[in-house]
Parts: sequence; structure tokens; C-alpha cells
Amino acid sequence: MAAIELERLERRYGERVALAGVSARVEEGQTLAVLGGNGAGKTTLLRVLAGLLRPHGGSARVVGAALPGERWKLPARVGYLGHEPLLYRELSGRENLRYHAALHSVPHSRLETVLAALEIDHRADEPVRDLSRGLVQRLAIGRAILHDPPVLLLDEPRANLDPSAAELVEPLIGRSSGRTRVVVSHDVRSALEESDVALGLKAGRLAPVDAELYR
Amino acid sequence: MTRTARAILRKDLRIELRTKESVPAMTLFAITVYVLFHFGLDRDSLDGELASGVLWVTLLLAAVIGVSRLFAAEREQGGIDGLLLAPVDQTALFVAKAAAMFLFLTAVELVAVPAFALLLLGPGLGGALPELLAVLALGNLGIAALGALVAALAAETRAPELIVPLLLLPLLVPVLIACAQATEPLFRQDAGPEDLGRWLGLLTLYDVVFVLLSVAVFDFLLED
Repeated sequence: MAAIELERLERRYGERVALAGVSARVEEGQTLAVLGGNGAGKTTLLRVLAGLLRPHGGSARVVGAALPGERWKLPARVGYLGHEPLLYRELSGRENLRYHAALHSVPHSRLETVLAALEIDHRADEPVRDLSRGLVQRLAIGRAILHDPPVLLLDEPRANLDPSAAELVEPLIGRSSGRTRVVVSHDVRSALEESDVALGLKAGRLAPVDAELYR
Repeated sequence: MTRTARAILRKDLRIELRTKESVPAMTLFAITVYVLFHFGLDRDSLDGELASGVLWVTLLLAAVIGVSRLFAAEREQGGIDGLLLAPVDQTALFVAKAAAMFLFLTAVELVAVPAFALLLLGPGLGGALPELLAVLALGNLGIAALGALVAALAAETRAPELIVPLLLLPLLVPVLIACAQATEPLFRQDAGPEDLGRWLGLLTLYDVVFVLLSVAVFDFLLED
């Protein structure tokens, strides 16, 4: 069974079409790279797959859950890393992850494992507002993988990370994590290198992945 | 659900303790209004229905400030997405938000009601304190339940600060009537609380209806 199946997916914001006729199939453990210029519909696609936006047409199945009807099945199976870290600035990194661990019924030991894997355990008790963007991004990655989801939806996952941090998170969210991944990226070359399937979007519609995609 | 509600409530209380955004603003607002009434009415002491009305209208208006901020952290820091991405029963979210609002109101009243008594109340609180506490608790429950519902409704709109008072205050009219009527005899110089049971019963009924209604519709408020 495919981990993700999209068939002529549609999504609108009022009259504006954000996605139209988007079809794709991603097998378990594969990586789908979503490419396209600004406003192409990449983030909308990711939010639809995460169950945060309702599709308005076509069909979408994510790890067996048909959207939007079976949206309730998604949270345990999907980890989402968007533009926003989804962390509370006044809480520390550890408090934020403890909060998300409680929402996902994840044991405390898993939280400490994730903090150690991201090498932020020594800064985990500082308020998020005092941390650099790179450290916040690491915490956001920790939040997304805390419940060990089989599918990751990643929007520019290496944004704000220096090369050593990017290497550090590779086993957690990279190809070697073994998870099914949908990765939105503006770095076309590295996105294509680490993907099995590529999907080009232009004005919300499928487009060939070539030099014209960004024009 | 209890565990999730506890986690959300703990998070909200921790953020309030650190930011000190809602409770101090609500308390200062209430005290300022009592001072304004003190000078505006040019009276040192009120009693009966006037005292009761002043107490409750001020508390309801102070509550609007708290309700407007109830989903602020979620709205401004992506917490709604965080909740939708977790296997969270939305009823737990309602319970946590209503409990947070109840605690905020209680904290405000710990300062605002003595300030009201000092600045405006003629008869003093003395013997009627247990009855007043019961009215306050039931009033807070109604305001908290409706407040959580309205705050969630307004959370995804462009101007929640405008939506909250426009929606909340009309819906709170029955709470205001019941609370003011139940409190009025407690603030009279000459009479005992003969109608208290009737108004407390009405308040309880109102609280039950709005808690059940909120639980029923809360699931649909935050989703796309």
C-alpha cells in the first residue's frame, strides 16, 4: 500500500485556486520532493497532507487515512515541520517538548532521548525566546519527531541550520531515518538528490521539474 | 482527556505566570472602574441593586479582557496547529481553557471584590460572604464556559479583540441577571437573602446548559 496517494487534489482559498489536479503516489520509506517557486502551493499541499487544511476536491490518502473524513487518524502517524516552530516562546525547550509529549502520550524518557539526539539538552531549560533560530529549528524538529511518526512532512527542514546541525538531524529527519517523507525545498539540487519522486508545482498545478519551474 | 486537559491548563498557567498579561490587566481594569464609579456617582457607598449591578458589570467587562487573550498564545505562536497535529480530544481543550479562565477570574476577584467593598459597598461583606462566594463561583463557571467557547470562535478571525465583546456580552446577559439578582439581597442593609436559592438554581442551570453546549460544538470550531 502506498504511504501517500493523491488523485486530482484541489484546494482553494475563497475564489483563489491554491492546488488543482495534483496527483502523486509515494511508497512507504520513499521521499517526495515538492518543488516550485513562491506561491506555487507547496506549503498548502503540506498542510493538506497534515490534515490542517481540508481538501476541496479530488482524493488524498495519507498512511491509509482518507482526508478529510479520517483526519483523526493522522496525528499519531504524521510529523509536521512547517515554517512556524509551533513552540511557545515563554516556555523552555524542555517544557515545550514535555507539553507536546503529554499531548501525544509519549513517555518522558523519549523526550530526553530526542533532546540528547539534537544536542540541545544543555540549553533545553532556557526560554525559547532566548534561543537562536538554529536552536529553535532543532527544537521544532524534536517536536515533529517526538511521537516517532512513520511519515514526515517537512517544509524547508534545514532552514537556519548550520552544516554541522544539518548533519546532526540527518538520522532523525533525513533519508537515513527510514521514514516516508515529503520535503518542500528551494534547494532543487539537494532535494532531487535525496528524493525518490519529485513533484513540481506552478500556480497550484503540476509542472515539469525543469528550469521553467521557477520562471 | 484528563491528562491532556491538565497538560494544556498547566501550560496556560505557566505562560500567564511568566507573561503576566491577563490577570493583572483584568484586575487593574476592575479596580479602575470601581474608582471611576466611586467618583462618577459621587457616592461613598452603594447598596442593593445598584451595588450588585456595579460589581457584576465591572467583573463581566474585566472578563472580556481575559477571554480576548485566552487563545492569544495559540494564535500568535502556532499553538492551534500544534493542537490539531496531536491526537487531542477537543473537549480536553475546552475543559483546560474554561478552567484557566475560571482560575483567572477567581484571582481577579480576590483583589477586585475587596477593593469594591472598600471603595463602594455600604453594608460591608461580613455575614453574607459565604453566599457571595457561592454566587461568584457559579458566575465564574458560566463566564468561563462561555468565554472558552467564544475565545475559540474568535481565535481564527482577523480581529478577535472585536469579536469577543460583541459575541460574549450579549450571551452573558442571563448570567449577569442571575448573578446581580442573587447578589442584590446580600448587599441590602435591611433584608436577608430570601431569593438566593432561586437565582443560584437558575445560575446552575445556565452553567450546565452552556458547558454541555460548548462541549458539543467545540470539536468543530478550530478545524479548517
